[in-house]
Order: sequence, then structure tokens, then C-alpha cells
Amino acid sequence: MAVQRKKRKRRELFALGNEAVAEGALLAGCSFYAGYPITPSTEIMEVMANRLPLIEDGVFIQMEDEIASMGATIGASLAGRKAMTATSGPGFALMQEHIGYACMVEAPLVVVNVMRGGPSTGLPTSPAQADVQMARWGTHGDHPIIVLSASDVQECLEMTVTAFNFAEKYRTPVILLLDEVTAHTREKITVPDPDEVEILSRVTPTVPPEWFKPYADTARGVPAMAPIGSGYRTHVTGLTHDVMGYPTQRPDEVKDAMLRLFRKIDQYYGDIQMSDEYMLDDAEVAVVAYGSVARSAHLAVEQARERGAKAGLLTLKTLFPFPRPAVEKLTHRCHTVVVPEMNMGQMSREVKRVNNGRTKVRTINRVDGQIITPSEILKAIL
Amino acid sequence: MADVTQLIHDYLRHNKKFPHVFCAGCGHGIVLGSLIRSVHALGLPKDDVVLVAGIGCSGRMAVYVDFNTVHTTHGRALTFATGIKMANPRLKVICVMGDGDAMSIGGNHLIHAARRNIGVTALILNNQIYGMTGGQCSSATPQGDISMTTPFGSLEKAFDIVDMCKAAGASYVARGTSFHAIQLDRLISSAIMHPGFSVVEVFSPCPTQYGRKNKFRNAVDMYKWLKSNTVKVETLKDPTQKPDDGRIPIGVFRDVEEPGLEERYFELQRKLMGQNR
Amino acid sequence: MKAPQPIDRFEIRLSGLGGQGLITLGRLLGSALALGHGYYVTQTQSYGPEARGGSSRADVVVSSRPISYPKTESLDLLVALSPEACNSYYRLLKKTGLLLVDTTLVKHAPTNVYLGLPFTQMAKEQIGNPMTINTMVMGAVTHLLPFADARVMRKSLEANLPAKIREVNAKAFALGLKQAQRHFGDAGGIWAAAEENGAHSEDDIIV
Repeated sequence: MAVQRKKRKRRELFALGNEAVAEGALLAGCSFYAGYPITPSTEIMEVMANRLPLIEDGVFIQMEDEIASMGATIGASLAGRKAMTATSGPGFALMQEHIGYACMVEAPLVVVNVMRGGPSTGLPTSPAQADVQMARWGTHGDHPIIVLSASDVQECLEMTVTAFNFAEKYRTPVILLLDEVTAHTREKITVPDPDEVEILSRVTPTVPPEWFKPYADTARGVPAMAPIGSGYRTHVTGLTHDVMGYPTQRPDEVKDAMLRLFRKIDQYYGDIQMSDEYMLDDAEVAVVAYGSVARSAHLAVEQARERGAKAGLLTLKTLFPFPRPAVEKLTHRCHTVVVPEMNMGQMSREVKRVNNGRTKVRTINRVDGQIITPSEILKAIL
Repeated sequence: MADVTQLIHDYLRHNKKFPHVFCAGCGHGIVLGSLIRSVHALGLPKDDVVLVAGIGCSGRMAVYVDFNTVHTTHGRALTFATGIKMANPRLKVICVMGDGDAMSIGGNHLIHAARRNIGVTALILNNQIYGMTGGQCSSATPQGDISMTTPFGSLEKAFDIVDMCKAAGASYVARGTSFHAIQLDRLISSAIMHPGFSVVEVFSPCPTQYGRKNKFRNAVDMYKWLKSNTVKVETLKDPTQKPDDGRIPIGVFRDVEEPGLEERYFELQRKLMGQNR
Repeated sequence: MKAPQPIDRFEIRLSGLGGQGLITLGRLLGSALALGHGYYVTQTQSYGPEARGGSSRADVVVSSRPISYPKTESLDLLVALSPEACNSYYRLLKKTGLLLVDTTLVKHAPTNVYLGLPFTQMAKEQIGNPMTINTMVMGAVTHLLPFADARVMRKSLEANLPAKIREVNAKAFALGLKQAQRHFGDAGGIWAAAEENGAHSEDDIIV
């Protein structure tokens, strides 16, 4: 039998971080985008507005605000689509109620937040990393969530694909946090052939509709999901619900539902928590960074090594669930951990919690709308 | 069992969710009955009907019926409905909201759904009060009326839902009441079959939270009031003017054929993809 | 594509006024160096809320190795198309860095060791379109970058522009390149001189 070998089609682009996010989304199979313009995330929306109408069944819609954007995104997800929205600080604040709804009804979707200076309108065109804890705890109620970050343009593409894969695999909203520097840096990226990339999609029910329990526990803790209109007439509600999806206040049912929501993420920490190590093997000083600041830290570590200092870098790609094992290891081995970030200490709080007083944690914080430079980090290392 | 009751049972979920939350005398059950009769009369398969509800007494309606049902957040039902309709335009998407839901917290979404003429039917159950939270005033509570948050009478004017939706560009706008059930069947049926955005406002009495505070002795009084204080819009000499006697006009206020957003979108997509081929 | 010649962090700042097309210039230059030549390139920008007027700048970092820090720290080449930009960024130049100004707009450079061409005037008078100033600058910059191949730069420029404005911009690019060749001399010589003497020194700064 003749095997037809398809030629792999890769594309090279000189693209913005925001444009790479859109490329990643389309690669992951995103066919629905609802959004509202806001600096510095708007290019994501503009690319989707140009591309989705040219794709079979691709839907783009500009909504009246960010609340509506999240609502429409969830609606599309429930109707079986891979859906995404993107925003920045103030818009992300408006989305919080619906992010909680998406957690509760287990709607797979991706929210990109390009962080800018805050609070309030703040510094619309300047970078910040001040929405880290909002991404974790912004919506009301106790809930697990996956928060990812990217530090260069190629990673914007890759982490968007990962965000969709996690969303589909764990039936949860996934938040991709970028900062203005990453979003507005242009670099060469390679858009891989779709055949080269692992793309996951939600599990759909195999039992007949009358047997289907839309929120039943499974070994993975992730129930199958039936798209609206597929013959499984289910009830979806933000009220705490039983395995049939109907509202319940019975403590045993409430407890089971809540614990499963946590367990489906908790038991896959190993899969979800991603970080990159650089020069950490013999490091005595470790920098823990994420987003564009990780790039400054990379150069600082290189420069420190040139001067004979044993420095290393841990770049966090998953921010939540917080990659505890990777950080804990450093606190046992290094005499100092440096945490540079463009906020007053949102991630260093997590590092200190894991460190538990073992070693010195030095923070570098900037809230003036400027990126932390390699020389600032180098000073803290030496 | 009477035929009509039997019919309703064909459309209810029996596996868990009864008794329902509605008070004795509440108009919402009548609207639900009317909705079911309309869907049945139109011969729509249950699988193709999506009931999207907001938060409040009306929002609870979704869980009882055997359609695809989505109980969303307060005021935002239309945004979910828009996403569902755009994602799968084959579906008949019906959005059930209360007056506070659709007009106060969700007013922005209502006018934009009307403006973009998305192919969704909005049923606004206007009981002139926030019922579920215990009787606070809404943007549809008449000026001067008493509620838990307007104990000395409301100072603000009420929204006229029909005027608002017409002004915002909805292509089908109607008003009915829980008293005029047969007319309501007709209004809801035409709304569902209407391409583009359709709105049916339904005056639906809340004896528990609104009636008691505003000089209605009981639920029956409220239905009697609906009977004597409404007038069919087609019987008015000038249907564009409100009657001088203060009666509320009911019926169809606008019915124009305009393709819904989803039709225009997918038409554009077909064109673009044809060019690209 | 030829293997790129080794360079370690060559930093360029393109600065001036909003409306001069500096961010487009950054994108075109970066794209030509990244996709055309195969270098690692990061291009960033800074701009105010106004679409026209105000200050504008685009930074380009070029390297033959992966670039960590994407922004500029000390400049190898500063292009200044306004006096304000020239004065505020001049101090970021490396000792061995080059300053290129638009002599139509920058009448008093903060040093007497600089390169200049009347870009605005040339765009208006010789091309007949003031909007082409950015592609003309790209031509001159191409001459100054010893690692840039003029043919590749032109091809990349043409590939990135819509048909309607392609020809006029190709003309502007060619003019910028030619004038730079004529007035500045051989690029290798310019950089060698800069390396030896320092293109500018602290004493040059006019306060």
C-alpha cells in the first residue's frame, strides 16, 4: 500500500505576541471569538476578526462589553465550540463573574489577559504583572483554576495551544496572562503544521441520552460534555448542582460537586505545572520569574555567570496551580531566591509561602510602568 | 387529565425538580404553559429548543422543562444566548428574563441584542418587582409604588419595555399578559418563528411581593386589574399613542422582516469563502 | 539564505514623531532582518495615546544568537527624526554607537560627530510624498548595517507593502540607500572609525 507522505506546512512570521496568540488559537481549533477592544490586547481581536470569517463555521463577534464577551464565549463553549476571548486589566475585572460561572458549569474556554498598569484605567500602554492574584482569585467563591503565562512570542503561540488543550482536557476556563511587553514585541515565529501539534478536544458522551449524567464523577474527575443541540437535553446552571445538573443544597451532593471540581485539577498537578530551568544545577542564587521579566532575568543570569556568580533561572510557565515542587527544590539548594516582578509582590508571596523561611527571598518590584531591566536583577544576584 | 395538562407533562422534567418555586397566584407558570403550547404547536423538536434564563423567579423556569436549558447569571442571559445562536444558528434560542434582569442589570445587553437583531426570542416576564430577593423595586416598578427599597414610594419612572426595544431596533416587539393566555400563545409563537430579534413583554403578577404592598388584596384582584386596565393595540384609534385613560396597550407593536445577525454573518462567510476558493 | 554573520546584540532605536511611520519602519526592518536574513530579532515600541503627533519610537535588537532581554539598553545605532528624540535618546548611545538624524528637522545635534540626510525634504521634493520618509530611512539604515544585504532588504520591503504604495516606497528606499552610500562612505569604514575613536564622546554633548 502506498503511503502518501504529506508535506509539512510550516509558516514563518515576524509577529507580535498578540498575533502569535491568535495564530495559536486557530491552530488549536478555536472557532469562536467574542470580545471587546481594549489596549494592549486589541491585536488579538483584530486578527480573529480577519481570520475567523474565512474559516468554515468560524465565528467572530464584537460584543457590547467584556461581561457580554465572556457570556457569549461560554454560550459558544456550551454549544460545542472551542472559544476564546481576550482583554486587559479593566476588562478582565468585568469578566470575573462569568469566569466563576465557567468554573461552575465546567465550560472549556480560554481567556487571555494582557496585563497593563493599574489599578483602574492605570497605564493603558505600559506593562505590568499586577493581575496575577486576580487571575487566581478574581471570581467569588472557592474554585480551582489554571493560569498560564508566556515570555516570548513563540511561547505566546505555544502556550495558547496548551491553554486550549488544558481547557478541553480538564473542562475548565484557562487564563493566559501576558504582559504588554510580550504582547507588543515582534519576533520571528514558526507556526507549525497542524499535524505536528497535539490538539485535544473535550470528551463527549457515548451513552444514550436517557442514561447520561452530565456531571457524574469519573476516574479523571472530568465528566463527558454534550454540546447543546446534540440530542442530550441537559440543564446547565451556575447554582451548585447534582450529577444531573439540577440545583441542590443537600450537603452531601454539594460537597461531592465541590470536591470533584478541585480534584480534577489537583490530581493532575504534574501535567499542569510547567516551568523551565536554566543553569540551576549548581546555582546558589536562583531567580524565579515569569512573562517578559523572565527574559531580563535570563540575560542577568548570563551576565552573573560571566562574572563567576553561580546564578540560575526558573521561568514559571504555569502560575496556578503554583508549581510548588520546582520552587521548593530551589529553596532547599540555594542561599537566595530572587523574585523580580512588575507588581508589589504577588508571586513572591507564593514563593515565600513555599519557602517557609528556609532561605532568603529577595524581591524586586516595579510599578512604574517600566520593565525590570537585566541590570536591576544582576544587582540583586551579586 | 385534560389534554392541555397532559401536553404540559410531555414537556416537563420529571426526574427531580418538583415542586416548583413559584408562589400561588404567580403569573410565571401561565407564561411557561403558553411557551410550551407554542413550541408544541410549531412542532419544534425538543432537541432544537434552547431555553436560556437569567436570575430571579423567571430564571428558575428553565430547570423544569425538557429542552436544552441554561440558567445563566443575573442580567446576562442574552449574552449567552447570542453565543449559542452564533455557534449553532440551527437552534431556536429563547431567553427568559425578569424585568430587573432584562431592564436594570441587563439593559445594555437588551438594547444591543435588539440593535444587532440576533435571532433570539426574549421573553421578559415583567412583575414590576424583584420577587426572589424579597420585593425590592426594579426599573419597571411604577413611579409612586411601594417596595422594600421604596417604602415611601418610588421616585423614579418605570421603563416602557416595548418603547425601549422598538427604539433599539428590535424587529418584532409585542406585549401580552398572564391573564390573556390565548393571545399570549399567539404572540410567543410568532416571536419564535420571527427571524432576527423578537421581544415579548409579559405582564405577570407577583401577588406575594408586589401585590400585597400595593393595595391588591389578592392574586385574583391582580388578574382582574390586568383585564380591565389593558387594551388591544389594534383597537386603538392611534396605535402609536398611549391611551389617555392610562390603560396598557397589548398586542404586536412591530413586526418587520429583517434577517438576523447570524443569517447576515453566515451569508458574508459564504461569500468570502467562495472568493477564496 | 546565507548563514548570518555573527553579531551579539546590535541595538537600534528609531525615534521621532507620531505619524512618521516609525513603528512600521521597525516592523519592516525587523521583518527583513529576521525573515530575510535569518537573524534573531526583537522589535518593541513605545507610543503615547495619540495616533498623530506626540513622540514615537521603535526599537530593534538584532543578534545571531537567541535574544533574552527584548528591549534596548545601550544603542549601537540611534535614528532621530526629531530634535526632541535626538536630545532625549542621545545619551543612550554606546561610546562606539552611531547617530543618524534627519537634518531637515534636527538643526542642532547634541554632537558634531553624526551622520545626517535631509530625509523630510528629500521625501517631499524628490519623491513627492512625505509619507515615504520611513522607507527612505530604511534605505540609509540598510547602508549603515554591515550585516544587512541591500537586495534582501528591498525584497522584504516590497513583500510587506500593499501593491498600491509599493513602487513609491521602493523608490524612496533606493534614494535613501544611494544618498547614504554617496555621503557616508563605506559602512565598514564608518564603524571601524567609530570603534577606534568613538563616534562621539561625552565632550560632544551640547548642553
